[in-house]
Amino acid sequence: MIKHLLSAADLDAVTATQIHDIAAEMATVAGREVKKLPTLRGRTVVNLFYEDSTRTRTSFEVAAKRLSADVVNFSAKGSSVEKGESLKDTAWTLQAMGADAVVIRHPASGAPHRLTHWVHGSVLNAGDGTHEHPTQALLDTYTMRSRMGKVEGLNVAIVGDVLHSRVARSNALLLHTLGAKVTLVGPPTLVPPAFGSLTPSLGVSYDFDSVLPHADVVMMLRVQKERMNAAFFPSSQEYYKRYGLDSARLRRMPDHAIVMHPGPMNRGVEIAPEVADSPRSTIVEQVANGVSVRMACLYLLLGGRS
Amino acid sequence: MRRGRGSLLAYKVILSEADIHRVLDRIAHQILEKTQGASDVVLLGVATRGVPLAHRLAERINAFEQVKLPVGTLDITLYRDDLARQSIRAVGRTELPSGGIDGCQVILVDDVLYSGRTVRAALDAISDLGRPAAVQLAVLVDRGHRQLPIRADYVGKNIPTSLAEQVKVLLSEVDGVDEVRLATSGASAEPSGAQSGSVQ
Repeated sequence: MIKHLLSAADLDAVTATQIHDIAAEMATVAGREVKKLPTLRGRTVVNLFYEDSTRTRTSFEVAAKRLSADVVNFSAKGSSVEKGESLKDTAWTLQAMGADAVVIRHPASGAPHRLTHWVHGSVLNAGDGTHEHPTQALLDTYTMRSRMGKVEGLNVAIVGDVLHSRVARSNALLLHTLGAKVTLVGPPTLVPPAFGSLTPSLGVSYDFDSVLPHADVVMMLRVQKERMNAAFFPSSQEYYKRYGLDSARLRRMPDHAIVMHPGPMNRGVEIAPEVADSPRSTIVEQVANGVSVRMACLYLLLGGRS
Repeated sequence: MRRGRGSLLAYKVILSEADIHRVLDRIAHQILEKTQGASDVVLLGVATRGVPLAHRLAERINAFEQVKLPVGTLDITLYRDDLARQSIRAVGRTELPSGGIDGCQVILVDDVLYSGRTVRAALDAISDLGRPAAVQLAVLVDRGHRQLPIRADYVGKNIPTSLAEQVKVLLSEVDGVDEVRLATSGASAEPSGAQSGSVQ
């Protein structure tokens, strides 16, 4: 069994499907009066967040607590990190405190990988720079499987700021592993042609409207204003006109097609409010599925003898 | 002594197919007697082999008294107390009957009662799933060596064993054959290709 979860590329189809299957069982816990399992009693999970992310941190925290693990939240803000402590020293501190797993989010791509050299426990990548976010890819593919019945053979369009998106990268890798066909869509400044070589069957398109009629899943990405330090597109209105998912574009999608978004959304920038709230949108489901999938990952990494 | 399929390991058949049928008939009657007609009774089969046993008991009770008992499935993997010591285990399905188990007499059904740890885990799982009026335990085989103060209400056959021996229950729904085998030290009661049973 895998010890760390650093990249969606580390997962083979059997392991990813196993995580989906376990997540389906974990999801039943959410419907119970007692939303708790004793599985990880006595284990300690540290959420080590160098970037703010209430959504992902809370999701991991709820997942760990539902499995009865003790959770320590370590935020870089206001901590020893601001006093100049290095990642290595922080890791040794966590090691000394007996962390069985460290869930890390870090602005530097590759930081979770470095961390594996310094802690004995499992490391889960909760987003590193513009690199990867494997649990997001697992929950997205789980959501596709729940809604569409399968992942294999689906046509998935990932639309928007692919360049800065760890979600896009992890999803493209895992969707390829699970047999789906991925097309990256966006302005050339945000979807460089080099991304086409990420997996063998990856497509790249700059024309959203031509991709829509063939898509089973349209995954919208957030326009990351905080990373827009160069002129990637003329204006948000211009972007919305060409790559925003509005009602007219929704109608051009096949009837069975679904709309996904990892959140948080910029309504009116990449997605219209009525599309985000439509029954074909899986945005709220993705949040609920995130807890189940993270429970499954924590169980697989911590539930057995390492 | 017989030879195991595809191996040279020896085992003894403790219960044949006909024996298992007779034993389940008896347990079904005992359940009807003890629960006074089996109204508000729910059968919960402990995965894996407790599940077909629970369904068989429900069929028999229906045949004897025309009472259709709800049957559920309980997977106790996430409640085991030895998870950290074992390699990772697949998680199976837990499915309760649509009416739930609140206020019901729940009869847990399993194949082998051994240390009692599986039953303890099952009791923990049940208390998270609802609040039954009572919980009883039915097992096909009780091999002894309890590590917890647990006893079965319905026992198909008591088989005094040594710790070195293995008891393996094979059921047609899972294994293609109905048989209970006892393998001695150094031998294995495992059929070729079958999964090892849980700690019972």
